[in-house]
Amino acid sequence: MSDDTSTRFDRVPATGGDDVTPDRDAILEWWEERFGIDPSTFEAHTFWERGRGNIWCVYGDHPDPFEAEGLGMVCLRTRGRHWKPTTNAAQRFGHAATSNIIHLDRSQADSYIAGGTQSIAWDGDWGYLLVATSVAGDPAILGVGQFIDGELRSVVPKGRRREMLDRSSESSP
Amino acid sequence: MDSLRRYASIIDDFDAFIAASERPLSHTVRVQTSRVSVDRVVDAFEEAAIGCSPLSWRESIIELDIDRPGLTLPAFLGWVHGQEVVSCLPAPLLDVVPGDVIWDACAAPGSKTGHLIDLIEDVGTVVATDDNLGRLSALRYNLERLGATAAIVERADARRFDPSPMGIEAFDASLVDAPCTGEGTVRKKPSALDDWSLGHVESLGNVQRGILRRAIELTKPGGVVLYSTCTYAPEENEAVVDAILDDGGCDIEPIELPFETAPGIDSWEGTAFDHRLTRARRIYPHHADTGGFFIAKLRVAT
Repeated sequence: MSDDTSTRFDRVPATGGDDVTPDRDAILEWWEERFGIDPSTFEAHTFWERGRGNIWCVYGDHPDPFEAEGLGMVCLRTRGRHWKPTTNAAQRFGHAATSNIIHLDRSQADSYIAGGTQSIAWDGDWGYLLVATSVAGDPAILGVGQFIDGELRSVVPKGRRREMLDRSSESSP
Repeated sequence: MDSLRRYASIIDDFDAFIAASERPLSHTVRVQTSRVSVDRVVDAFEEAAIGCSPLSWRESIIELDIDRPGLTLPAFLGWVHGQEVVSCLPAPLLDVVPGDVIWDACAAPGSKTGHLIDLIEDVGTVVATDDNLGRLSALRYNLERLGATAAIVERADARRFDPSPMGIEAFDASLVDAPCTGEGTVRKKPSALDDWSLGHVESLGNVQRGILRRAIELTKPGGVVLYSTCTYAPEENEAVVDAILDDGGCDIEPIELPFETAPGIDSWEGTAFDHRLTRARRIYPHHADTGGFFIAKLRVAT
């Protein structure tokens, strides 16, 4: 079911979920095991499903089921064999991550933001990684990439891909 | 600009007003300060050799020397949102704090909703409604990019909105940034006045009254209902608020703004308005080099 055809949200169960509709504990465990994000990061949030495998994250709790066009943000897709965090959730919660973060230099980051696939040296896990680059001296999480066979594929949604404007490499007139 | 001539009698230095309206607006972004510091955003722009200067009276609004702020890392990261100065004025006037439950009645495309999310630090609930499905997708896109988890987006005609299925009986504060003729937006959209008509002005007045009335009904006693438009027509501004004051149930409060503005007017073409309308503010392009705007701050009776 497409993400945008239904307006019905169901709160994920506290326990007893399955592979596609996970329970809250499974979601918290996944963020912690994959990225080292402490479950307390989400303690003020509840998780909801709208359409099989589309997991949303909202501040606070709300009546279940809930009818709306949007309830917080889409944070996770659980339909595939490997769960895939969204770009927005990576940017929102990724600051708390400690593992499976790949750091790019600025030109690699520009290629990633534009949607590119690039060969890259990485000896960590394959699969979905958080992608970071240094911004004003500190790392910032840009989003999510898929690392397979020596290549990092950008999974930035088409509507968010951009060719970054950077005048620092332009020669002075 | 001819349709603006009808305001010559209420706008000081009208020639300067017209001249300012013909100049393009500078490009500004608003920093989502609950996510990142203004200093880091400035450093990030400077790394890309993009000229930027935070405004002296509010550092979280940054003027840029480029015309596509969306093509920058701070925008991609959801740290900033391209937003003109007058659009950054309403949200802080709602006096919201983290934990509040807020209604943004005419929310798309979400600039002010995102600002409200920032002011409550993404803690609480902002119910963002709009009646246009196409504009709702822009609203959702902008809010998610800004990292909002405290926003609920729903398609609704604000005049008949019922939040009770959401478990909400009343809001702590509401923003009615009403659909309007947009006369004050000509500096960023020169075609804004092309299909201007008095009939359009008057029919919008009815819609605006309906939305503002509903916002008063749905806001808790003592809560703020902020009414704003980006237009000059008194039919869409003072006349709307006058009708709501006439209902009883709320008062209008003075507003402090950081630059020169004009008071609301208390009569127009022979019709007198409640004198308290002079507490509203009219924002003209020739005063502080901004877009045009109107703001009235209402407080629901206790």
